[in-house]
Amino acid sequence: MSSPYILEMHQISKTFPGVKALDEVELKVFPGEVHALVGENGAGKSTLIKVLSGVYPAGTYEGKIFISGKLCRFHNIQEAEAAGIAVIHQELTLIRELTVGENIFLGNEPLKRGMIDWDRLYFESRKLLSRVRLDLGAWRKIKELGLGQQQLVEIAKALSKQARILILDEPTAALTEGETHNLMVILKELRAEGVTCIYISHRLGEVFEIADRVTVLRDGCTVGSAPVGELNESKIIAMMVGRELTDLYPREHHQPGSILLEVEDLTVVDPTRPDHRILNRISFQVRAGEILGIAGLMGSGRTELVMSLFGAYPGKVNGTVRLNGKPIRIRSPFHGIQNGLGLVTEDRKRYGLVLKMNVMENLTMAGLRQVSGVFINPNEELKAANGFVGELRIKTPSLETQVNHLSGGNQQKVVVGKWLLTKPKILFLDEPTRGIDVGAKVELYRIMNDLVRQGVGVVMISSELPEILGMSDRILVMCQGRIAGELSGTTATQEQVMYFATGGR
Amino acid sequence: METQTINPLPAPGFRNRLQLGAKSYVMVFALLIIWLLFFLLTQGTFLSPRNLSNLARQMSITGILALGMVLIIVAGHIDLSAGAVVALTGAASAILQVRFGWGLTEAVGIALLIGLAIGFWQGFWVCYLRVPAFIVTLGGMMIFRGVVLGVTEGRTISPLPNGFVAIGQSFLPVEIGWVLAVIGMVYYVYARVKRRIDRRRYGFEVLPLILEVLVILGVMGLIGLSVWVMNDYEGVPFPVLLLLGLALCFVVISRKTRFGRYLYAIGGNNEAARLSGINIRLTTMFAFVLMGILCAIGGIVLTARLNGATTSAGTSFEMDAIASCVIGGTSLMGGEGSVVGAIIGALVMASLDNGMVLLNTPTYWQYIVKGFILMAAVLVDFQMKRRGN
Repeated sequence: MSSPYILEMHQISKTFPGVKALDEVELKVFPGEVHALVGENGAGKSTLIKVLSGVYPAGTYEGKIFISGKLCRFHNIQEAEAAGIAVIHQELTLIRELTVGENIFLGNEPLKRGMIDWDRLYFESRKLLSRVRLDLGAWRKIKELGLGQQQLVEIAKALSKQARILILDEPTAALTEGETHNLMVILKELRAEGVTCIYISHRLGEVFEIADRVTVLRDGCTVGSAPVGELNESKIIAMMVGRELTDLYPREHHQPGSILLEVEDLTVVDPTRPDHRILNRISFQVRAGEILGIAGLMGSGRTELVMSLFGAYPGKVNGTVRLNGKPIRIRSPFHGIQNGLGLVTEDRKRYGLVLKMNVMENLTMAGLRQVSGVFINPNEELKAANGFVGELRIKTPSLETQVNHLSGGNQQKVVVGKWLLTKPKILFLDEPTRGIDVGAKVELYRIMNDLVRQGVGVVMISSELPEILGMSDRILVMCQGRIAGELSGTTATQEQVMYFATGGR
Repeated sequence: METQTINPLPAPGFRNRLQLGAKSYVMVFALLIIWLLFFLLTQGTFLSPRNLSNLARQMSITGILALGMVLIIVAGHIDLSAGAVVALTGAASAILQVRFGWGLTEAVGIALLIGLAIGFWQGFWVCYLRVPAFIVTLGGMMIFRGVVLGVTEGRTISPLPNGFVAIGQSFLPVEIGWVLAVIGMVYYVYARVKRRIDRRRYGFEVLPLILEVLVILGVMGLIGLSVWVMNDYEGVPFPVLLLLGLALCFVVISRKTRFGRYLYAIGGNNEAARLSGINIRLTTMFAFVLMGILCAIGGIVLTARLNGATTSAGTSFEMDAIASCVIGGTSLMGGEGSVVGAIIGALVMASLDNGMVLLNTPTYWQYIVKGFILMAAVLVDFQMKRRGN
């Protein structure tokens, strides 16, 4: 029996208690194409992939999966892998203490007389690494590699298992522009070799660069599927959200007030490499009632900058920091909070939330003092948490819901709410909209605008150029631990920002 | 004018107060099954006032240690030295009285200070020198046991003055038991009513009046029944009163104080807690200090109950305490667990001990059964969590 598709997912439905996550979803993928799967967070992309890769075993969903025309019922991940399906998750699953080669062949080691054949393992690893254009020793430990390199190792690992369908879940979320570009090149090469690829991404620019076809999901349903040539960005966005997006960036005219924070010649040393200055003579100001955007590539020192200003970076700090004109050295996050600073950290699951705790406990974690005397006042706490749930429009069944049951956008709002309770005068936001859907993004922008109107100084780190350009009053561009340039938010262009970010002067 | 706050969500606490959470249900249910089983197997002896009084006394020290252990485990650490600290503080109180003729207050005070100091010492190693708690307290277990052997010169220190022995062996007079019961009931009603009024004022949902009354009557009944059973034998044992008082304090500490909340945050996600301005070292250190004090209290009660300090006192008490926490739903990964759960866990452990002794079960079987129960408890807990998700 022949089918034109290498993969056909037919009328897939999956129900969780109280939620229909997938509702008769259709996904049809031709062999050798890069098929982009797009949709807002919560649209059902991850669930669909979990169904496909055997995380949700056959029987826990409805519908049929055909691979090359053959009906498949996977009961576990191994069966899906055996059928040629490999998933590269957003959070990489490599073991940091093992070498590249050991990771590639983990669970699949070549044997000679019952013992691991190390020579062959490293020989094969080298061949696989060259296929993903990774030029490094297979005996290096994963922990020595950058994120982009680690991702390529994951791909090499997938290739070692003869994967025919490679699924990449938000592969570029944590990559720099250069690494992203590199990944695109490699995916194109793999496509030329006949590997089929399902590419999940929020970044529509990449979708248009790499994809042959696009399938859009919304609220667990397939909205449409079309060759990329028949689509454009606004069409896809309209399909994703079901409405035309006219004002993604609700820019407002701000009237900056007095200088809140003044940084002069801030130099920070990398604690793991004492000879390396991770920040080098940084000077800038933050005013009341403005949004200061910090742009720059990954590793340019943006996170380290706000972390060290917040007293949360372990490296040695030199330079002068003035808060409201007074010199100060913030020693700890608590000290930072006392002085009116707040930091919405990047990577909410790792640094922002206690996933086992409920929505309320997360909301009041940083500002617990505001709702307690000697003891926590349960009613005040409830009132405060309830207030934020309403104000920030956090969608949650109750305040007692564990925060890991919320969608990404709502989790991010919880992190923001946590800091609002501390009533910050300066709020740093590190990649506040990463990995959340468009609707939640816009709401976060509005929250920032509200803060600015109340005279808060908002400092936003972002890797998304349109966001930086669309929201900032002023833009600092960082490059290799320095401030490479300052631009006006209203007149700057993407090209200008990239020029500074990539080292132009 | 004070307007009612609009409450768009089901009021938190509402659901839980009614259901107690599925986990607590299962634990209480398991405990009742165990009791029923022993009741039938012993032809009723197990649930006689005399035996229940015994049971309560047997669980008191494990229970006291479990109170602190649960906090340490929630913060993501462990204390293996508890038994040795119990022995050391007990020995100290005994030696001061027997060899040096010190008074009761001074001896107890010094024992508590030693516990506090050990808590500081171990907390300092864990929090500031960053040696894993497993290692620090394993080392502590050996060190303090060694010190006990040294100071007691391998001999049992006894007998102790009557006043001290009373800490471990005395019963409250029947009348005092009833007075305390009434005070407890009145306070419970007051707290409940106040809570209801407060929630009303904030505009939050409250339990329907009938349910509220039923809950209050139920708890009052439980208090009355317990005291009645204890009084039917010899009265409320002092160590049990101590455990109840401490348990109350630790429930409040774990649920109503920032310190308690911070422990859960630290155990749940250390980095997020740090970046939220929580002083991780100080908070964790304080948990160890509390544990040290509880060990000292346990040591005093044990020495008083045995009317003497022995070199092997408190051996493997830490394991009983850890097992109680785990049976009570505490996760060794940190961030999860409750004081009430730990107490119920201690009660389960003590019930098994007590019931099997009544049945003349050989000691080796007792160990085997307890081991299986521990593993089964975690299995059930794990399965429930998985289904919950």
